[in-house]
Amino acid sequence: MIDKTVASPSAAVADVQDGATVMIGGFGTAGMPSELIDALIAQGARELTIVNNNAGNGEVGLAALLKAKRVRKIICSFPRQTDSYVFDALFHAGEIELELVPQGNLAERIRAAGAGIGAFYTPTAYGTPLAAGKETRLIDGRGYVLEYPIAADFALIKAEKGDRWGNLIYRKTARNFGPIMASAAKCAIAQVREIVPLGALDPEVIVTPGIFVQRVVAVDAGARRAQPQAAA
Amino acid sequence: MKRFSREQLAARVARDIPEGAYVNLGIGLPTTVANHLPSDREIFLHSENGLLGMGPGPAPGSEDPDLINAGKQPVTLLTGGAYFHHADSFAMMRGGHLDICVLGAFQVSVEGDLANWHTGAKDAIPAVGGAMDLAIGAKRVFVMMDHQTKSGASKIVERCSYPLTGVRCVNRIYTDLAVIDVTPQGLRVVEVVDGLAFDELQRLTGVPLMSADAGTAGRRTATLSER
Repeated sequence: MIDKTVASPSAAVADVQDGATVMIGGFGTAGMPSELIDALIAQGARELTIVNNNAGNGEVGLAALLKAKRVRKIICSFPRQTDSYVFDALFHAGEIELELVPQGNLAERIRAAGAGIGAFYTPTAYGTPLAAGKETRLIDGRGYVLEYPIAADFALIKAEKGDRWGNLIYRKTARNFGPIMASAAKCAIAQVREIVPLGALDPEVIVTPGIFVQRVVAVDAGARRAQPQAAA
Repeated sequence: MKRFSREQLAARVARDIPEGAYVNLGIGLPTTVANHLPSDREIFLHSENGLLGMGPGPAPGSEDPDLINAGKQPVTLLTGGAYFHHADSFAMMRGGHLDICVLGAFQVSVEGDLANWHTGAKDAIPAVGGAMDLAIGAKRVFVMMDHQTKSGASKIVERCSYPLTGVRCVNRIYTDLAVIDVTPQGLRVVEVVDGLAFDELQRLTGVPLMSADAGTAGRRTATLSER
């Protein structure tokens, strides 16, 4: 019997090695897998490369991972937020490397990794500093920039419900990077509010089919849901 | 001198958004346009983080941290709205499926180059988000900004001195002084705030403007029939 469920967040992240590239889902705090991040902090892996849209809010979740000095490099589109002071301090101190990627390129590079695409041409950032040094090409009279995939060793994502085969559904805009990050990582770990029996998820509405997911772990609901949303 | 207030400017932009348009209002000032969309028009608001059919902010106490907009503020979903993941959301933006996006700006050039993500200051933390994707992806790009900087310099310039967001991407500029179209022939004034003479607007702008009645070659109007 195939059972991808794992007993705890700490068991789910136990084998993340030093130097790993780890994708972390979420847009701000919506969809951020906070329990998995807390488990990763406790696990102690260092020198991580993190892929996320932002660079942490306040001192929880991703910001806590940064504050614990576990991150060597972050690949993101929008690190500067009103409550991103942990990242801001590390950046100004030269203690973290930043690869700034336009958000659509970030999403598409992740998607490309999951879909086996070797590289792609995109019009985003053509003629701007973020295309400096990159290959460009005119296609039908329009300028494009060559961009390469972003793959990862692990993806930590948050979904609403999952089953033992790894099928997932999400909740509202917390879906954001979850489906594409799951596809782009060698080992995708989903924390879910509820693990349901096989067959309970309607096959017509499963968003991430289990082939993209290696581990599913249930975390206590309610606890995070009630937190107020940080302003951006 | 009389100027459009922020509210008047938002209302003016809203007037140019027709029934049936798929629209992204970016973050910050342009999001106020939503408050002025007439209720008798069905307009689809897109938010980059993964929703179409975005509604207004929820009543106090009804906020849902899983339902937010690009500015990470709580919002609601209208009946008929949909959620989707980030690659799909940016396919909508980059694939030319949005009719209009409205963005803020530091500078716009005479050719429609846009600078709105970075001041170039050495110690500033760069952050770009979805700005570059919207700039090149939407069918029409509207910019909403003050006409001048706080020190009185024109924000409409010959060449942007700030790092670019997109090249030749802006179609129409809404400022506190005027509405100006970017056309192949140059900048064409569509409308000026009451009481401001064209010559005075020209003096404050610093790059050549064409008056509203000078030729119609570059004229564009906000209708979906252009698609």
